[in-house]
Formats: sequence, structure tokens, C-alpha cells
Amino acid sequence: MNSGLYLIAKKKSFMHIVIIGNGIAGISAARYIRKQNSEAKITVVSAETAHFYSRTALMYIYMGHMTYENTKPYEDWFWSKNRIGLLQDYVETVDFDGKVLVLQKNDRLSYDKLIIAAGSKSNKFGWPGQNLDGVQGLYNRQDLTLLEENTKNIKQAVIVGGGLIGVELGEMLMSRRIKVTFLVRESSYWNNVLPPEESDMINRHIREHHVDLHLNTELKEIVSDENGRAKGVVTSKGTVIDCQLVGLTAGVSPNVDFLKGTELAIKKGVLVNEYLETNIPDVSAVGDCAQFITPLPNRRPIEQVWYTGRMQGITVAYTVCGNRKKYKPRTWFNSAKFFDIEYQTYGMVMPKLNEQEEQLYWEHSDGKKCLKFVYQKNTQQLLGINAFGIRLRHEVCEAWLNEGRTLDYVLAHFKAANFDPEFYTTYEKEVAAAYQKQYPNKKINLVPKKNLFDMIFKSGIFHR
Amino acid sequence: MAMLDLKPDFYNDKAAISMAITVDASYEQSTLQKMALALFGLGLLLFLVSFLGLGKTYPLPLFLGAMGAMGVGGFLYAYEAYKNRPEGIKNNGVMFGNLTNRGAVAWVAAVFITGFYVLLYWHAHLLEGLIRMMDPLSFFLKGKAANEWFLYGFLYTLAVLVMGVKFIRKYKHNRYQQIRTVSVMFFQLGFAFLIPAFMELMNQPEFYFTYFWPLDSYKLRPNWVQDMMSKGGVGMVLLLVSAATTFLVTPILTFFYGKRWYCSWVCGCGGLAETAGDPFRHLSDKSLKAWRIERWMIYSVLVLVVIMTLLLWLNSAWQGGVLGGISNGFAQWYGFLIGSMFSGVVGVGFYPIMGSRVWCRFGCPMAALLGLQQKFFSRFRITTNSGQCISCGNCSTYCEMGIDVRAYAQKGQNIVRASCVGCGICAAVCPRGVLKLENGPTNNRTVIHIRRDDVGIIDNSVY
Repeated sequence: MNSGLYLIAKKKSFMHIVIIGNGIAGISAARYIRKQNSEAKITVVSAETAHFYSRTALMYIYMGHMTYENTKPYEDWFWSKNRIGLLQDYVETVDFDGKVLVLQKNDRLSYDKLIIAAGSKSNKFGWPGQNLDGVQGLYNRQDLTLLEENTKNIKQAVIVGGGLIGVELGEMLMSRRIKVTFLVRESSYWNNVLPPEESDMINRHIREHHVDLHLNTELKEIVSDENGRAKGVVTSKGTVIDCQLVGLTAGVSPNVDFLKGTELAIKKGVLVNEYLETNIPDVSAVGDCAQFITPLPNRRPIEQVWYTGRMQGITVAYTVCGNRKKYKPRTWFNSAKFFDIEYQTYGMVMPKLNEQEEQLYWEHSDGKKCLKFVYQKNTQQLLGINAFGIRLRHEVCEAWLNEGRTLDYVLAHFKAANFDPEFYTTYEKEVAAAYQKQYPNKKINLVPKKNLFDMIFKSGIFHR
Repeated sequence: MAMLDLKPDFYNDKAAISMAITVDASYEQSTLQKMALALFGLGLLLFLVSFLGLGKTYPLPLFLGAMGAMGVGGFLYAYEAYKNRPEGIKNNGVMFGNLTNRGAVAWVAAVFITGFYVLLYWHAHLLEGLIRMMDPLSFFLKGKAANEWFLYGFLYTLAVLVMGVKFIRKYKHNRYQQIRTVSVMFFQLGFAFLIPAFMELMNQPEFYFTYFWPLDSYKLRPNWVQDMMSKGGVGMVLLLVSAATTFLVTPILTFFYGKRWYCSWVCGCGGLAETAGDPFRHLSDKSLKAWRIERWMIYSVLVLVVIMTLLLWLNSAWQGGVLGGISNGFAQWYGFLIGSMFSGVVGVGFYPIMGSRVWCRFGCPMAALLGLQQKFFSRFRITTNSGQCISCGNCSTYCEMGIDVRAYAQKGQNIVRASCVGCGICAAVCPRGVLKLENGPTNNRTVIHIRRDDVGIIDNSVY
């Protein structure tokens, strides 16, 4: 018998909190509810997997770096030990009046409080042939199983959509020597997020890995063979490309279809206020499927990022346990990896500078490392940093942004932000030289190396 | 063994990969690589021929043929394997390969290596053909005939060197990994092979500078100390060196750099684990249960070696009066169970089944001692980069010591663990730049970088 159901049956008198979705947002909520409330019954319902795993690692399963078991952040005993019930089932709909979930396999499941953390689904934009066999997105575990099936003994694939999942899928397929053509609608890879220099670096790197990158190219049609299976695509430029797999990676959108037609307010995602509460009492939504009625300044209404899912899950746990808290993430940051190039960003680096902003860009001669500093034109106060191929120390960057440090200060102390492994070459001098080239009458005096730890540990970061 | 990097043509076909040894379909093997592999195979064949007895009849040709072909073939293969490929993490197919994923080939390899150790420790006469094959080199280096330990030392060093080159090529983007690997290769070749041989040539004790008490439990035993003292000036120097490395150098270096200065930079066991054992590092058990067993076992061995040494000294002081044969019997059993069975047969023989650091994690008393100091009195830690962790699990998967690195990283908590040997692979394989090995002030060493649980101060302090 499922341990979650058993607990529900046994402890009927306590508040029952049901969470739809066992991704990072839902699981963070469950864990933080349990940390605060040892009595509440917690049930996590998910159709995807029996246990929480890290979907960010799907690509590593396919490439053979890890097994599915390796992607589980907690051992299987963790859930029963923390009395978090896990129920693998699909939620068909929710009866919000009766406070009941209608499930596919099990009986109806009633709740006192409901947290919707149903995640995303891959976008399909009505392309002709998008539902053929051999056409798929990559978001969940089922997609990965399907990909294994779809890529058996195939030779060529076309990936549509130049975002993070597209480049991951490209790397995955190349790891099995499947020839990849990558169709990107924009004039340069991911340039609705990355500034031109960085975007171009990734274009080059994608091509270095022998991916056939087609910029300014859209998918027009997927061509079927006689068995209803994709055998090629036609691009907006009229090119016909043979392939046996079409990867649709043009973004994701909230997985909320099962809630449509109920009284729950939904736009693209489930509408929530700053407390992550929906229009229905005792119902909250977090993670990829939640849409803020009023987005936070400089942030998107739907945040589809791993760590924001975690933060939202933690926040809603407090609210559900009676300690109502606003979702107040700290300074924006993010990271990704494009084949072999790691990317980190802190603060606000927009694809295009506005009139008040200026930038300092430094690129290593190998064309695989760069740093971009965006700052206010008049005060030179730092607004954001992009780092490619160089690891930066989150806390230091965040402190600089919060303290309103100026560019010259940041460059002088840049060693404190370096997070590359020991013995790596550091680039403070080169970056300072780039600054002086841009501002010939200014000078950067690099802070000596031996004070590195004093700079970090005595700068007040840990004593605020 | 692990260098046999065979790859099927159709990797997608599960049936086809089942006999593959390691699988990385993302690149094509060059002709040179295939020839190098064939050369290595030829070396193995000659090795077998020697084993079967011809080594006694034709030592020099067979030595040159077998070791030359295996060495040159191995080096060439290792060098070619990562040529013309962009720098980056090369773990494609690790979980599909038969050898690297506890398949039939892995079991064959485990039985083969274990069997070799059994012959080496207890039936060395059966290795006569191989040992005689080593005579020419042994006479050249030591001025006397080879024994089974010279054969063993040579094969061990060869494995560290060949697989070390492969490792350096694999991590051609990572200077920490390269320098660390050059270090273990240097110490193995110089301090664990050439220098001891040279000392024998000079009619001095065969002395291994890189093994100290308690790993080398013979050092600091009364018999050994008396033996050294009887050897005059050189003996006294070696005695002082041994005492100083155990009681002075080791604590100081461990305070500044953690146990990694030894375990993944100097030690021969670590050296083999980091090179020949690298393809098996992900096989270590990451469960909480394994961690519990680890702590019971490794500290028990430490207690045993301390008791044994004390007993031997007491017995020596009482001149055999009170303890009689107990202390010597104890020492013999320790030597058999820990020294031979655990560190040799299980420690290396089980690489393909339990991962490369079984001995270092569960049995090594030196690792236990250094680990205690690392935990409580050292500047070393692995810093986590606040909120960037995506819980993917690469770090935990590739931790040869079975540390669940991710459990710390996703909390944003620095990692201070007794068992961490500081190999730095967790940081290398992290796709988001979350981990960094560092030495720093001892306060704040276990800091949690994401402030989550200090509720009630300010709203944004909960993450």
C-alpha cells in the first residue's frame, strides 16, 4: 500500500496538504512544510515519476553521464521518514468547491490546502506535422523515454528553437553521433536574452561541435513518410532537410490544461499574487505553472528557472503553515552550460543596452571565455555581470550589486569574485587593461592576491 | 585494463552495446588509436606467454616486447583518445559501458585483478615466468634478481603512468587535475619505484618515502626501529624521516591543505585510484548506509593499528614477558587481513565493482587519521556557490569517496567531510560552477551560503 495513502488513512484529523507536482517547486514546498509542521498530512501527487528527480539532469541520463537513480536528490527512504506521502497518479481535474482532486487511477483525494506545482509543457506553435511520430519536445521523464525510442538507429535530427533546451538536445544527440541541424528563428543564438557578443560566441561554439546551425530560419513544415513518421522538415527559406527526429524546443509554457474550465483564474499560468495565492482560498501555485498578476520589477511574470521554483516552494510553505510571506527573491542570477562553455549571470544584463547603460566587454583570445559588465553611464555603478567560461563567486557579485559598487571598484577587487578551480589562469589584469583602453585617463589598482580571503570573509558578507 | 576503450558502431542499439567496454559514441576512433589498442593487445599476449613460462627462457625479449607494447600502446591510445576534441567534460557513455557499469567485462576484470593479487601475495611461485622476465631490469636498477614485489611495483607504476597520461588528456582544460596527476605520477615513479630500487642498489634499506605510519604499519614498529638503528647513519636518517613525516609534516600539511596533499597528490594507493581507477569512480556507493559502514570500518582499522603498534612496543619493553606471542600474532593477523586482503585484493581487485577508493574509504588508517584532522582542524573545504546549484547530481555521481556532494551543494553549505580526498572532480563535472576546493580561515568553514531557515528577520532571508 502506498505509504502516503496509508498515512492519510491513519491520521485523519490533521490538516491535509496536497501538492500537485513533484518537481523542485512542489518538493521544496513539501519539505519546508514538514520542517515547520510535524503534524500536517502531506501528499505529493505526480504522474511523471514515483520520486523527485532533477529534471535538469535529463540530458546527462541520455548521454550516459548518470543513471536515473543518480538524478534523485534524496534516497527513497527519505519520503517515508519525513512522512511525505507520494502518490503516482495523474490529476484529471480539481473540484475546488468540494476540495477534491479527481485522479486517473486512484479514488478522489480530498485536501484542506492545495499547492499547484504542475510545471511546464513544451510549446507547439501549430506547425504542420507537429504531431507526427518522431516529433517531440524535451521536458520530462516521459520525453526522455520517447527520445530513446525515437533516436534508435537514426542518423539525422532537426532541432527547432534556439533556447537552452535546444542546445542541450543538440549536445545529447551529438553524443550519439546523430547529425544535428539547429533551426534558430533569431539572427543569433538566444539573442532575446544574450547580448550580441555573447550570443555570437555561442554560435561559434555550437558550430565547433559540428552542429549545423541555421540562423534566421524558421520551421515551416514537418514532412511525413508513409507511416506517419517525420522524414524531414521544410524551413522558412524553402530548404528541405532530411531527418528522422524533430526536436521542438521553442520554449515551454505552464502545464495548466487540466485546470481550465474551473473557477481557478488562469491566464498563461495560474494567476498568483505576491504570496503565491490564487483567487481561490487555500489554493496556491508555485514554480513554472504560476503567473504573477503583478510581476516583480525587472522580472518576468512566469519564472521558469530551477532556483526560483525552489524559492517559491519554500515561500509558499511558510504561507501554508500560517506564516504568510511574500515571494521576495534576491538579486537576479542564473546559469547554464552550452556544450563546454559555462555561463553565469548576476544582476541585469539585457540583450540591448538602454540609454542610461554602458558596458565593458572583454573576450579571451581563445574565443571561449568572456566577461561583460553593464553599469550606469553617469555613475558607473554596476548593474550586472555576464561570465562565460569563467566561474564567479555568487556572494561577492551579489554583494557588489547590492552595495552599488562602481565598475572601477569591482575590477580592482575582481579576484575576490573568481570561483575557477585552483591553478587556473586568472584574468583580472586583462580585464583591467580592457577598462583602461576604454577609459584612458582612469587607472585600476588591482587589490593584492594575499588579501583574497580577507576580502571575502571580512567584507561583511557573513556579518550583515 | 580500463584503457580498452572499445566502441560499437551502433551505440543506439542496446544489444550492440552490451559487450562494449566503455562507450563514447560522440567521436570516432582514429586508425592510430586502433593500432595502439592492437599493440596493447599484443603486449598482453606476450605477458601471458611469459606467465606460462617462456619468461624464464627469454626474459629480455619478452620484457621488452610485453612491457614495451603495453606501455607504448597504452600511451599512444591515451594520447590519441582526446585529440582534436574540444576541451570539456568527457563522460559520454560512462553509464552504458560494460566495464564501467558492472557488466560481464567488469566482473571478468575484477576476478582477473583479484586473482593476480592472490597469486602475488600467497602463491608467488606461480608467477615465476613473469618474475624472471623482470630480471634484466631488476639487475639494471637494483643489482639483483627480481622478486614478485619488483614485478608488482613495475606493473603498478606502468598503470599509473599510462592511465595518468589518459587522465591528463581527458582533463586538458583543467590545470588542477593536470598538476595533481603529474604529482601522483612523479611520486609513484620516483619515490615508490626508482628511489627504493636505487637504495637497494646502494646496499641500503628498500625505503618508501611516501608511505608512513599508520598506512605503512611496519614503520614505527619496534623491530623496524631496531633494524634501522642498526644500519648506522642512513638508518638513523630514515628513522627520523619516518617519525617526522608521521608526527610533524603530515599534521602541518593537512592543516593547510586538507588530506588531499597526501591522498590525491602523493599516495601510491591514491595515485592508482586517480589514474587506473578513474573509469570506475562513479561506482562508489553514495547511500547514507554506506557512509555509516564507512565510519565504523575505517576508524576500527585505525584503532586496530594503534593497538597493534602499542602492543608491539609493550611486548618489546617487557621483552616478550607478559604478552608472549599475542602481539606478534595480532600483527600477523593485521598484516594478513588489512595489509594484504583489504588494501590489495579488495582495494584494487574490486575497482570495477565497488569503485576506485574502496580501500581509501573503508580501510586506510592513514585516511582515517588525516580525515579526523581534516574534519576538525584544517583550512580545507569545498565552497558551494550559493544558489546556482540545480541538483543535477554530477558531483555526487563522480565522487569516488561516495560523498553525497549534492546534498550540501543544493543547501548552499560548504563541504567539510573527513573522507574527502580533494580530487576536485566534483567541481570539474559541475555544469554550473557551484563547487570550489579552497583553503581558508578555519572559522566560517561550514557556512551555509543560502540563508533559508533564519525565519522572521527579513522576508528575503528565507532562501
